Amino acid sequence: MATVELKNLRKTYLTEEIIKGISLSIEEREFVVFVGPSGCGKSTLLRMIAGLEDITSGDLLIDGQRVNDVEPGKRGLAMVFQSYALYPHMNVYKNMEFGLKLSGMPEAERRAKIEHVARTLQLEPYLNHKPGQLSGGQRQRVAIGRAIVRNPKVFLFDEPLSNLDAALRGQMRVELSALHRKLGATTIYVTHDQVEAMTMADKIVVLQKGIVEQIGSPLELYHHPRNLFVARFIGSPPMNFFSAIFQGGDAAGSSVQLRDGSSLYVPVTSPGLLPGTKVTVGIRPEHVELASSGPNSGVVEVIERLGAITLVHVRMPDGEIIVVQTDGAVLTDVDTRVSLTLPPRNCHLFAPDGLAFEACHRHPLAA
Amino acid sequence: MALKTKTSTRIGVTILGWGIALWLFFPIFWMILTSFKSEVQAISTPPKLFFMPTLSSYAEVFERANYWHFALNTVIVSVGATAIAIALAVPAAYSMAFMPSKRTRGTLLWVLSTRMLPPVGVLVPIYILARNTHLLDTCTGLAIVDMLTNLPIIVWMLYTFFREVPAPILEAGRMDGATRWQEMTMVLLPLALPGIASTALLSLILCWNEAFWSLNLTSSHAAPLTAFIASFSSPEGLFFGKLSAASTLAVAPILVFGWISQKQLVRGLTFGAVK
Ligand SMILES: Nc1ncnc2c1ncn2[C@@H]1O[C@H](COP(=O)(O)OP(=O)(O)OP(=O)(O)O)[C@@H](O)[C@H]1O
Ligand SMILES: [Mg+2]
Repeated sequence: MATVELKNLRKTYLTEEIIKGISLSIEEREFVVFVGPSGCGKSTLLRMIAGLEDITSGDLLIDGQRVNDVEPGKRGLAMVFQSYALYPHMNVYKNMEFGLKLSGMPEAERRAKIEHVARTLQLEPYLNHKPGQLSGGQRQRVAIGRAIVRNPKVFLFDEPLSNLDAALRGQMRVELSALHRKLGATTIYVTHDQVEAMTMADKIVVLQKGIVEQIGSPLELYHHPRNLFVARFIGSPPMNFFSAIFQGGDAAGSSVQLRDGSSLYVPVTSPGLLPGTKVTVGIRPEHVELASSGPNSGVVEVIERLGAITLVHVRMPDGEIIVVQTDGAVLTDVDTRVSLTLPPRNCHLFAPDGLAFEACHRHPLAA
Repeated sequence: MALKTKTSTRIGVTILGWGIALWLFFPIFWMILTSFKSEVQAISTPPKLFFMPTLSSYAEVFERANYWHFALNTVIVSVGATAIAIALAVPAAYSMAFMPSKRTRGTLLWVLSTRMLPPVGVLVPIYILARNTHLLDTCTGLAIVDMLTNLPIIVWMLYTFFREVPAPILEAGRMDGATRWQEMTMVLLPLALPGIASTALLSLILCWNEAFWSLNLTSSHAAPLTAFIASFSSPEGLFFGKLSAASTLAVAPILVFGWISQKQLVRGLTFGAVK
């Protein structure tokens, strides 16, 4: 088991800087997930750690050793690729054996290891099959098995489940989590799937355009996003935003005036803004409450019934849409007028530069 | 109705296909036919399709020249040139396919452009180089020149085949601890084998039939089969029977070899479904 440390890592392709100075430390046994929009550099960063891409500048340390110039195979890592990347000309057994053979492990030991892993992953019946004869899920398992047999210090995954259908993805997600608990290996996992990130991670790293936007536990990012980008990126359906005027604040909270003239006192500390500054209020759909009458009223434009929950899209007088997540059995219909209640403790405020006002009280689950 | 049009299109395509095939094969067919005629039959007008076959041309050809000497030279030169060319082209194509730089495209085009130069344009320098290095009339000398003329095409073909191999498979090998050499020999080559085989076959055929350099750089010791054929188109008049017999003898081995390996060749040229 190992620690991984990134110190101001940078990557430049030709003239374009793709990774713009990323620092991060990963503890032993930690499951770290990289998320971010497409093209933000997740794969590039992972491949730099793997040794498949050169590091332009900065230091990469594994177990305290600088490994910038160490061959990928000698870093003690194993990687699972999105396309599985199994050796098509070798059967499942040989696929798992390849790395062990190269490392000079004796035949008997190799066999014992492979059989053990095959049993864990229910691959025993397929050891003589070529990858072409396997289903997507089975190939994925072989790819994971090939990584496990090498007993790596760190596992690297690049969107390993994105080629599977929804049901299988859910199942593999649970299996991977269980496997991580069992093996306890340090893991770095790239995904753009919210659910994977939230459920599997000990720590999520949100990336955008080659920089880190925020690092924290899943609930920390959910309850205390550091800025507008993270607030918008984490959570599904995404957080609602609307503008307001900052009126002033004290130790216990800040007060803002909404478009309709009502004011809201949110328990966040104001970062020394001048009263009158335009700020952004954010609230998650699951925190907005529906009322049949009262202030903040709008007209229901769309209703999405998902069974257990209902998403109500409400058009506000100023033209903005606010999405409310509510009970599956709610009776509201399209074109009716509803009122929204915004519980202040669940509201977020963002300064004009996008940074969040700091909450006066940390959420108990996101300490 | 739609089905009918489809059938008629298919018949048309079939006829066209056969037509082209026959058109391409006809010279070879006529050459083989002529090789079994007597010299008189060979030049009779109208040409005869049915006649009493005779082996007299073959007998005379074998009497006048040592076929095996020429054949051995051809085998040595083509196999040698092909082996060296593949050995040089594999790493070149590997690096261009999997580690492209901004100059890769230009390099590839430049490599191919050397093929566009008419060989006669470099005849004198190559001849002098060969003479000064004592490689005139040696299999080594001819093999080197053949190898160099085919190298661009071989690099191109291998590059195309290698591009079909998904890069993550090689990267997986690297993660598994393979060195670049092991990555190439244990992962890439087995995957690209059909492509490499068909490239090698093409190179063999090109070397086998190469005449320009053979005739200019060899005289007796290293003369290959193309020189053997040429020796029967003598200034004292053409003897089509013997010329055809010599040509048939010269192309027969590669024709048979090509026939046997055609499955491999087709597999190589339609290679792609690796993933
Ligand atoms: N070989 C390369 N040459 C030049 N630019 C590259 C190269 N590889 C990646 N990039 C650029 O680097 C950026 C980051 O790419 P990367 O593959 O890391 O994104 P990603 O976050 O993994 O995206 P996705 O979620 O779509 O997989 C992209 O803008 C891409 O265009
Ligand atoms: Mg990616």
